[in-house]
Amino acid sequence: MEKIEQANQEAVRRMLAADPVLVDVIPASDAIPDLGDRMILHAGPPIEWGRMCGPMRGAIAGIAVFEGWASDLEEAETMAAEGAFRFAPNHDYDAVGPMTGLTTKSQPLMVVENRAFGNRSYCAINEGLDKVMRFGGNDAEVLARLAWLRDVLGPAMGAALRDLGGIELKPLIARGLSMGDEMHQRNVACSGLVLRALAPAMAKTSRDPGLLAEALGFIGANDQFHLNIAMAMGKAIMDPVRNIDASTVVTAMSRNGTDFGIRVSGTGDRWFIAPVEMPQGLYFAGFTEDDANPDMGDSTIVETIGLGGFAMGAAPAVAGFVGAGSAADAAIFTRTMSEIVVGENPEWTIPALDYLGVPTGIDIRLVVETGIAPTINTGIAHREPGIGQVGAGIVRAPMACFEQALVGIAEELGIA
Amino acid sequence: MAEKDKIAELLESTVVVINVGLEGFASDLRAQGIEVVQVEWVPPAGGNPKLAALLSKLGS
Repeated sequence: MEKIEQANQEAVRRMLAADPVLVDVIPASDAIPDLGDRMILHAGPPIEWGRMCGPMRGAIAGIAVFEGWASDLEEAETMAAEGAFRFAPNHDYDAVGPMTGLTTKSQPLMVVENRAFGNRSYCAINEGLDKVMRFGGNDAEVLARLAWLRDVLGPAMGAALRDLGGIELKPLIARGLSMGDEMHQRNVACSGLVLRALAPAMAKTSRDPGLLAEALGFIGANDQFHLNIAMAMGKAIMDPVRNIDASTVVTAMSRNGTDFGIRVSGTGDRWFIAPVEMPQGLYFAGFTEDDANPDMGDSTIVETIGLGGFAMGAAPAVAGFVGAGSAADAAIFTRTMSEIVVGENPEWTIPALDYLGVPTGIDIRLVVETGIAPTINTGIAHREPGIGQVGAGIVRAPMACFEQALVGIAEELGIA
Repeated sequence: MAEKDKIAELLESTVVVINVGLEGFASDLRAQGIEVVQVEWVPPAGGNPKLAALLSKLGS
């Protein structure tokens, strides 16, 4: 249908025209004025306490204590069960969050501005790779780290970014792809590039050498530091693509540990939801698939813009890490994803694939027609709260989401 | 050449098979030492007639 083809070309045009820049780190209450007391934004489509998975519940109990809404975890869980907290998706408030993805008013949020369209998106700072809230961690160590991010690293990064005038992310991603990152499960290169850009400005704006050393050390020790930046960037790129009449391009894919949801440009902010699937992957020593929680997090916004599982061919090392096979298999993942998209990104290319541009603009029609569901590279959380990451793997977006969306867009166009 | 002769000639030569769809047929032939090129193919929308009809209208 010509109307759909034109709409999808416009969707990809907006994706490619995006100019995302990491500009600041500010308190969530400043970034999202509607984010009030006892309000908790979470990853994925809407969900209530009774249907939340273990890590999500654990993280919510922890954040309630962190914000001072409950005196301990037990009281926090009781309050949550009694409806004391208001839950809403990050995606409804210009935000995204990895795994449990909680956003509350006093957390520091990184700000990515899409200068081509004037919109801003937000994501919390990555907590590191040990026991962390995004995997359901909620003990004193986890809460102390959140306080340090709020009081030390957030303000330090914000001052440095303002001094720099921001970090342009499009060229940074292009370099990262050529250095073996796919920006979901491998962010080693981009994290280093961000640190290299930030460090001089942080040194210039810092007044405390001890805290500066802590901050730089924290970033340098976290291979996934850049993931949250990539996520905020993904949201900033995709938000202007929403609400293009008749477009069948996916604008968001997201999961809350119970449900997987997608949004499609031509159907606005409507979620198409199906039960989330279990990642297939490799487990850290001492853990098995019996320990695993189903797929979770807003981080699939990275695949939505053509990175992560779509850019696996750029990151042969990650194919082994997530149990997806050899370097040759990594290339096959990217070429397969090329079959379900509108086009490719000429600015984000993969050297090992003869500079093929990453697959861009997932078309729900092609997903349903071919039966090829988007491939997602993901971390695997323990199903019990407070334990953390137990592995990494790949997971497919549920086909049912795309089938529902196909019916939804047909209804929207009056041809169902 | 008559139709019958063509078939006879084909069967007397080395058979190379292109198998479209279900891979089980290819596996069986390979087990008998026959060269097979496998083409991955599934019916549109996994064979769901309602979705296939919608796809046809939506022009994918």
